[in-house]
Amino acid sequence: MIQFSDITSWIHETLSGLLSPGLTFLAELVLAGVAVLAMVLVFVVIFVYMERKVAGFMQLRYGPNRVGIWGSLQVIADVFKLLLKESFAPDSVDKLLFNLAPYLVLAVSFMALAPISWAPGLQMWDTNIGVLFISAVSSIGVIGILMAGWSSNNKYSLIGAMRSGAQIVSYELSAGLSILAVVAMCGSLSVHDIIQSQADGWWIFKGHLPIIFSFVVYVIASTAECNRAPFDLAEAESELTAGYHTEYSGMGFGIFYLTEYINMLVVAMVASTVFLGGWLPFHIYGFEAFNHVMNFIPSWIWFFGKIFFIIFLIMWFRWTFPRLRIDQLLKLEWKYLLPLSIVNLVIVAFITIMGWHF
Amino acid sequence: MKTVLRYLQEVALAFRSLWSGLRLTLYFFTHPRKEIITEQYPENRTTSINIPERFAGEVVLTHDENNEHKCTACTLCEMACPNGTIKIISAQVETEDGKKKKVLDKWVYNLGMCTFCAQCIDACPQNAITMKNSFELSVYNRSDLIKTLNKPGSKLKEKS
Repeated sequence: MIQFSDITSWIHETLSGLLSPGLTFLAELVLAGVAVLAMVLVFVVIFVYMERKVAGFMQLRYGPNRVGIWGSLQVIADVFKLLLKESFAPDSVDKLLFNLAPYLVLAVSFMALAPISWAPGLQMWDTNIGVLFISAVSSIGVIGILMAGWSSNNKYSLIGAMRSGAQIVSYELSAGLSILAVVAMCGSLSVHDIIQSQADGWWIFKGHLPIIFSFVVYVIASTAECNRAPFDLAEAESELTAGYHTEYSGMGFGIFYLTEYINMLVVAMVASTVFLGGWLPFHIYGFEAFNHVMNFIPSWIWFFGKIFFIIFLIMWFRWTFPRLRIDQLLKLEWKYLLPLSIVNLVIVAFITIMGWHF
Repeated sequence: MKTVLRYLQEVALAFRSLWSGLRLTLYFFTHPRKEIITEQYPENRTTSINIPERFAGEVVLTHDENNEHKCTACTLCEMACPNGTIKIISAQVETEDGKKKKVLDKWVYNLGMCTFCAQCIDACPQNAITMKNSFELSVYNRSDLIKTLNKPGSKLKEKS
């Protein structure tokens, strides 16, 4: 079977034969960037379609079903509509910040994709601080949101951005602590090492109850970080029209929308890497025949399957729960999630020291 | 100790109540055929569409099988209409015994101005007009909205 690492090494050899080492590196950077961009855009289109279908079914309706078979071309039609619309900036906005904000948000969410391991040997940047890098970079996005809210010169946008700031800063803590539980058990921050440490079983199974608890906390906290319902106070259609992107139109709005889904993708990738074993197949210790059958399913199916599972969880929350009030939101984080994850981390550290995990 | 227990109990109860909501939406998600209540409009217009009999769609002047209507051109409906939708054009005709009589010439109905309030129906002393339950009223040309409701050649129904 062709592995992704074979393809990348073949591309590297071909380019090295044609170009000087410096140019090869540059060409590979561009190729990797374009590949990730195309991949992510395809994912986002699938996510938007999936979101609308899931929403429809959960609310006893069909979702899009007119454009194409089962409405499958609806999202593409919407993307073309956004591309054709004028990106209009109102008179009294801060033009520089207003036009910069969407691109900053987008760039930040693409940066978080850098240390992700997509398949065996297919990783753009195998750094030893991978998980730390992702959680650090993904919280820079709030600067773009604050920028958009401030520069719009609009009270609703500013309130939305401020809420988003408060929310992301607080939920970053419990998301980080829940990832730390796994990092403590496996002893490495590198994405590759974390995946390799799960070859004999995913952390969610190996790590007993504390890891299951930190998985739940991570899903809740990351939903909040993505500014998605039930934590969508930053947008809150019924209160703030659209929050920080009220004044954006055309592709400016489109980029914010795109970023929301890329953030979801990043969150799902981190959750599936850290808790569900990344691209590793599902193995049960002792069942050799079963494990052998599981090995035949390609790694990308495992990885994408896990991503879609997490995304479905997030969508399921969105279309079930009503929006929290701002005080309830902060109460949930500071009074429940954070103390519980700290206690959880202590328990995990104790288990790790005693060597009780598998 | 008691507070800690209550705190943990609160967390457990929260998860239980959240799960009951999640279970319901998961049931809806996994049983789309059974649960979806949306009507597919253009497809169902010949099959399952149900427009109630009393739905106020448009005003019609009822004609019987002899092409006779009951309108005496009293213009009470025209006066009752808040929008100026109705225009009754009457004509003077001479009966056999030499009397002059006012009869209906044109019952002009401007659908574009009608708000379907049915005050004309209430105002009519002869019960000559009713509301029909039709609802696909759009036309391509604005002048098509102005309709003459009395059929050509129709006449007043004689009192029996």
